[in-house]
Amino acid sequence: MDSVVLKQVSKTYRLDAIGVPALTDINLEIRASRFTVISGASGSGKTTLLNLIGCIDKPDGGEIVVAGQPVQRLSDDALSDFRARHIGFIFQNFNLLPVLTAYENVEYPLLLTRTPAAERKERVENLLAAVGLANKAGNRPGELSGGERQRVAIARALAPAPRLVLADEPTANLDSHTGQTILALMRQMQREHRVSFVISSHDPQVQAEADDAVKIRDGRVVAIERLEDRGAQR
Amino acid sequence: MKTFAIATRNLLRNRRRSLTTLLAMILGVQTVLLFGGYSRNITYGLQTGFVQVGGHLQIQRQGYFLYGAGNPAVYGIADYEKIVAAVKRDPELAPMLTVVTPSLQLGGIAGNFAAGVSRTVFARGTVVEDQIFMRLWNDYGFPGTQRRLALANTGPDAAVIGTGVARVLQLCEPLQVKNCPQPEAAESSSKPLPADIAALAAQESKPSNTPTGGARIELLAASARGAPNVAALNVIKAENQNVKELDDVFVALHLAQAQRLVYGADTPRVTAIGVQLKHTRQIPAAKARLDRLLTEQFKDQPLEVLDFETLNPFYGQTIGLFATIFGFIAVLIGAIVLFTVSNTMSTAVVERTTEIGTLRAIGLRRSGIRRLFMCEGLMLGAIGAVLGVLIAMAIAAIINRSGLTWTPPGREAVPLAIYVWGELRLLFGAVIGVIVVAVLSAWWPARRAAGMNIVEALRHV
Repeated sequence: MDSVVLKQVSKTYRLDAIGVPALTDINLEIRASRFTVISGASGSGKTTLLNLIGCIDKPDGGEIVVAGQPVQRLSDDALSDFRARHIGFIFQNFNLLPVLTAYENVEYPLLLTRTPAAERKERVENLLAAVGLANKAGNRPGELSGGERQRVAIARALAPAPRLVLADEPTANLDSHTGQTILALMRQMQREHRVSFVISSHDPQVQAEADDAVKIRDGRVVAIERLEDRGAQR
Repeated sequence: MKTFAIATRNLLRNRRRSLTTLLAMILGVQTVLLFGGYSRNITYGLQTGFVQVGGHLQIQRQGYFLYGAGNPAVYGIADYEKIVAAVKRDPELAPMLTVVTPSLQLGGIAGNFAAGVSRTVFARGTVVEDQIFMRLWNDYGFPGTQRRLALANTGPDAAVIGTGVARVLQLCEPLQVKNCPQPEAAESSSKPLPADIAALAAQESKPSNTPTGGARIELLAASARGAPNVAALNVIKAENQNVKELDDVFVALHLAQAQRLVYGADTPRVTAIGVQLKHTRQIPAAKARLDRLLTEQFKDQPLEVLDFETLNPFYGQTIGLFATIFGFIAVLIGAIVLFTVSNTMSTAVVERTTEIGTLRAIGLRRSGIRRLFMCEGLMLGAIGAVLGVLIAMAIAAIINRSGLTWTPPGREAVPLAIYVWGELRLLFGAVIGVIVVAVLSAWWPARRAAGMNIVEALRHV
């Protein structure tokens, strides 16, 4: 089953009285357990598409199904619960809660899903170990480097065992070496946890790692390349 | 758990802002408590004064309070000694009582005929031994010792007058009243007295000054039979009553003397039976029992029981005045706390917009965001209230030990005491009030935070 299905999805932003189309007639299937990269120039609509898939924004038209659930008719609370259980987020600026330690940041989504304490502890410790930060569990984000913060963000995104992890330009604020490391980590996590990663990026390194590559221009999907197709071409 | 932990850490994150907000709340709580404690001091001071003189309750003949001052003979209580005895031995009342004592109030004219001056006065005859006991009542623990009752251990014709009476009757010198200006001799427009009358007056003026340094006055009053009666009184002291209107008419004398003046050889009566209780809170129970007792055992004469608040309207007016000022201050302080906390929370919401977007994105409901900010408001309110209470108690303790005094109406100077410790209603009111105001202040910013669009919040720089 596809992880995400978008049918005839469109989104227009209002700039004062003027409507600015961000996405037009998007038809897209994001396959389960794949590393999908959405690429395109700045302003092409990558982030808007990611926001719609992540259920933090609503389309003006069309239909979105995430993890088998049509999400448009869900109430705000139901959408919040849905995101907490099924969708992980990795942000360009890491967006960790500065008052919480690395451990607590990873633990937070599990508190929202009311995961039992013992299971929570085991899962957080495993994830922090998996991203190589077991020894920095007690550090707050201000005491971590950019790369370390993004590792914590990856662990947090994976904490509730979501069906889908969305990453918006996850390497944009990192140097190329750290970016490469983070990319490798995300790829490793995606494979180990068999979860769908959808990444918006114009970083060629990230695009090269994609199972499925979605190219978007002026709010329209202009190309979808599947790994098997690309393999055939190669 | 996490909500409180995050709220606490967020408050610590902006220490300076949190401290400023706390300071505003602490000052607010302190102001409310110290003023509340001060007004309690006024209330208790006045109450103590009234209770020490007249008791908590008075049994009077019906109508005396409104009309009897002009005719004590008609409104006198017959068989008052039986009533006093019945009250004292009543098993329900006895455990509540400290003193039950009769008194007789009358209006009259006091004259110093040697000086050719007189004035209307308001005289009160009391049982001095009972009055001494009544003045020991100090349920609120006012520091200091009670002034000695001047009539104690004096002869049956002894009297104490107000310094205003002494001034008008030109008795300041023999009574050694300080700061008592005497008028220059007024020019008499009348003809000189006949020689025999002048000689009689001169003779009368000689004993005016008693050997003990006091003075003699004559007190003229209407007797029960309607005829004028005169009592010669030995004034042993002039005491300042602190309220000019009272000081200018005050005469205190022994009950027996007052009764002789009004009732002569007839069976003496009194105008009131004062009932002093151990505690003011016993008034409703004692009054109810007294009403039953009087109805059951003394139904032959119409009697009523009045409490000290009814008898002294000034007490209620003063409490009302202070309650109004207290309410005004509390509202003002509440408004300041409201705007301070609201401003702090609004700033926090703006600063943490991206965090709000992140929390919403990873699945926290709108109600969770609202709860988080209201929790911060609640904690600010609770911490501010507790610190405010502690500091107010410390300041009150310092003031109470400073030796400052104030003079309640009708009483001598008493030590200034701020009642905060033990005033549970005041304390809980201030604490709950500040917490409620703080939570209400946080409500609007919290609502705004919860209503944020997630995408816009995440875009916030």
